[in-house]
Amino acid sequence: MNRLETMEAPLFTGSDWDYDKLRQAYNAIEKVAFGELGLDIYPNQIEVITAEQMLDAYSSVGMPLMYKHWSFGKHFARDEILYRKGLRGLAYEIVINSSPCISYVMEENSMALQTLVMAHAAFGHNHFFKNNHLFQQWTDAASILNYLEFAKNYIAKCEEKHGFAAVEKVLDAAHALMNHGVNRYPKKRNLDLSREEARERERAQYQEQMYNDLWRTVPGTAGSAVRPDEVAERKKRLRLPEENLLYFLEKTAPKLQPWQRELLRIVRHIAQYFYPQRQTKVMNEGCATFVHYHIVNRLYDTGRLPEGAMLEILDSHTSVVRQPNFNDREYSGLNPYALGFGMMQDIVRITTEPTDEDRAWFPEMAGNGDPYGTLRHAWANYRDESFILQCLSPTLIRKMKLFTVRNDAEAPDMEVTDIHDETGYREVRRALARSYDVAELEPDIQVVDVDLSGDRRLILQHRVRNGVTLDKADTKRVLRYLASLWGYPVRLVEVDATTDRWLHEHEEGDQAASAA
Amino acid sequence: MNIIDRRLNPKGKSLTNRQRFLRRARRHIQDAMRDVVRGRGIADVADGEKISIPADDLREPVFHHAREGGVRDYVLPGNKEYLRGDRIPRPESGGGGGGSEGSPDGEGEDDFRFMLTKEEFLDIFLEDLELPDLIKKKVQKLESPAYARAGFSVTGTPASLSLVRTMRNSLSRRIALQRPSLRQVQALEDEIEKLGDSPADQKRRAELEAELEKLGRKRRGIPFIDPIDVRYHRFEPVPKPITKAVMFCLMDVSGSMNEHMKDLAKRFFMLLYVFLTRRYRHVDIVFIRHTHEASEVDEQTFFYSTDTGGTVVSTALAEMKKIARERYSSSEWNIYAAQASDGDNSSGDNARAAELLEKEILPLCQHFAYVEVGPEDRDWTSRDTELWSTYKTLRKPGSVLAMRKVRRRNEIFPVFHDLFAREQRVAS
Repeated sequence: MNRLETMEAPLFTGSDWDYDKLRQAYNAIEKVAFGELGLDIYPNQIEVITAEQMLDAYSSVGMPLMYKHWSFGKHFARDEILYRKGLRGLAYEIVINSSPCISYVMEENSMALQTLVMAHAAFGHNHFFKNNHLFQQWTDAASILNYLEFAKNYIAKCEEKHGFAAVEKVLDAAHALMNHGVNRYPKKRNLDLSREEARERERAQYQEQMYNDLWRTVPGTAGSAVRPDEVAERKKRLRLPEENLLYFLEKTAPKLQPWQRELLRIVRHIAQYFYPQRQTKVMNEGCATFVHYHIVNRLYDTGRLPEGAMLEILDSHTSVVRQPNFNDREYSGLNPYALGFGMMQDIVRITTEPTDEDRAWFPEMAGNGDPYGTLRHAWANYRDESFILQCLSPTLIRKMKLFTVRNDAEAPDMEVTDIHDETGYREVRRALARSYDVAELEPDIQVVDVDLSGDRRLILQHRVRNGVTLDKADTKRVLRYLASLWGYPVRLVEVDATTDRWLHEHEEGDQAASAA
Repeated sequence: MNIIDRRLNPKGKSLTNRQRFLRRARRHIQDAMRDVVRGRGIADVADGEKISIPADDLREPVFHHAREGGVRDYVLPGNKEYLRGDRIPRPESGGGGGGSEGSPDGEGEDDFRFMLTKEEFLDIFLEDLELPDLIKKKVQKLESPAYARAGFSVTGTPASLSLVRTMRNSLSRRIALQRPSLRQVQALEDEIEKLGDSPADQKRRAELEAELEKLGRKRRGIPFIDPIDVRYHRFEPVPKPITKAVMFCLMDVSGSMNEHMKDLAKRFFMLLYVFLTRRYRHVDIVFIRHTHEASEVDEQTFFYSTDTGGTVVSTALAEMKKIARERYSSSEWNIYAAQASDGDNSSGDNARAAELLEKEILPLCQHFAYVEVGPEDRDWTSRDTELWSTYKTLRKPGSVLAMRKVRRRNEIFPVFHDLFAREQRVAS
């Protein structure tokens, strides 16, 4: 009804874009984003790139500056083949959690898509990066680019000094352990990436002066039997158990050179930088999708978007949030865009038009009349797992017809354990939340001991949940890398998390091979 | 908000990554090649495009859960008919209920295959092969000398002016002669500007103006760029090696050569051709077939049409000599020859063939490969045929003649590799 009354001039017509149009669209988006949604963003930097540059960006995990490594070339080769054969399109944008927040947009996007992309990346993702507590806690947006530049130069210098092969060997090994190179729980907060370069120098100096008493080759007292408290004391000295494998190796591995430790540290920092993104896929995409959807609708309602552009936007919006059913040929897991967007739309509904069920399930949220404030609160304080656990409503479970299936390798068949009904909501929700818990998805592997009196074997433990053990072939490969960093054999013991029962053992390293 | 156009940024940002990847892949291809050569299993070199690299060597392993075993819960969308407690048969692939748990990095590492183009493949494939005796004719004739940079000179055309050098000379001359800089002049002018009308200022002004005048004279006397500063890029003609090659394919097509033998010969010729095209910009092929008489034919006739008659090898050699003299002077062309035969020759011709080869043909050639082909089903290689024993007498150190016997298809590449392997490779 008010579409006709409050019509403003359209921002653009036609599909070609130019810088003036981009700027005008940006300003219009900004007005909605700040005025209605109350977003709080890093300054934006929008960079126009070609398809080839987009492929480049893909291959180096989206970062504008990345050190050189063959695996990025491998990803490039694969992405290029897929793209050239038409098997896969390219993303319309890539956005980087940095300050200023860099969004790459493709030159071949139409003006309508550029508008969508700006709303999505430069406002949606940007707000999420700036406000979510995980990003605030674990990433340092202001200095990540400087740090990457330092890392790139440092690695290039190492290559000059020690040769490609030596550097590649360390990086290969470090990449294999990257997922286990993050601190999951905050310790002392010391995240100032801009000081890393100076710290690197300090560490090198310090370690040159230090003599690590732990690795003394001459035994102190001859024939000392292992006292029981010695083990405990050793673990305490080595700060075991430790789940950040890269950290442990960087600090403790006896044979590494200072530059090798620094490489581990670089990989570890990058892993840590990406860790929040892995935990907030649903929320991050949901937030961006919700923001763009709200903004373009508002622009359209006020006449600032022509019909054609709106149709094009809706077309790509719907394909992004499409959720095929589990028995669909195109099904490849739950679509984080669909789930995130669905939940956030649902929150708006709950806060404005709650049903009785919503009042019972979400007494605080239901009907509070502040949808955007509620969303901003959620964006700031949750990650995927907690967000789903707290905010997934029965309405959405019904709408998506979610159900849980248990696949027990012992049982003859899989079993439907819960469906979208009164008794199932909580179980479905809990199971879904668990499936987004990175700590749950990834094997729980920790360094538990080092055999100091024997052959300095490093002992790791995988605490097996629900009887799901590690993939043998890949574990062997990773352990080989681990052994190459540690310098001595490595053993990985898989024990059941609940019963502590021994399940399996993997060994790698020179001595392991010769002893076998 | 900033909008930055990055489209004109240098391309190929990940080129070095690609090269690193290829280098890694290259090592693996070569390893694979070596195994193939050892296992004598190579089918067809010309099928280079279809070679793919196993993912195994290029995988980036991480700790992840096995795909099978244990108890797993999946949440799936789109339930239509299931009720709590329903049983669903496990899908065949064993991936679980629709694969909500893929590999943790979301990519199927097992399936990674990186295709090489034929060019890339051959590059790597032939990498450790080298043409014999390349030095011999390298610098013989300068038909179109290439120009290469060779330092700087004080004369030259304006187009080859070296700005950097010229400015460097100019700068050092100006420093040496202490030419006043614009900044100094500017400072003086500023100071004059600031002076008032008091007598002290007037006096100061006069001093400064004299100073300014002096500077100006000095500036005029010492030019910014003097002719003695000017430098030009110097180019020098460099002899360009001959990059043309001709390859003579000689084959016995008498009745005793069956399809199998011709096939072996063809494969050998093919490899040689591929190899030569990678070393020379232009490669001509001449096909000469012979029975008791020889003629130059096209490729189709050469390989596929049969002819009957006796076997007189010298006719083919004579034909080759004739063609080489007419069309391919050895000063302009690198001449390669490959002869395939089952070893038959009429006994009266052996002496003549040997003489022709030794006196006329071998001096012309960069390389003369004789491949003796024979039936696959019996081992005849220990016996010397007419032609083999004839040619054997010509084989001496430093000769361009190389001889090999080939029985099976899969021996072609090893034999070829053997003929052209680099010296150090042979040693190792």
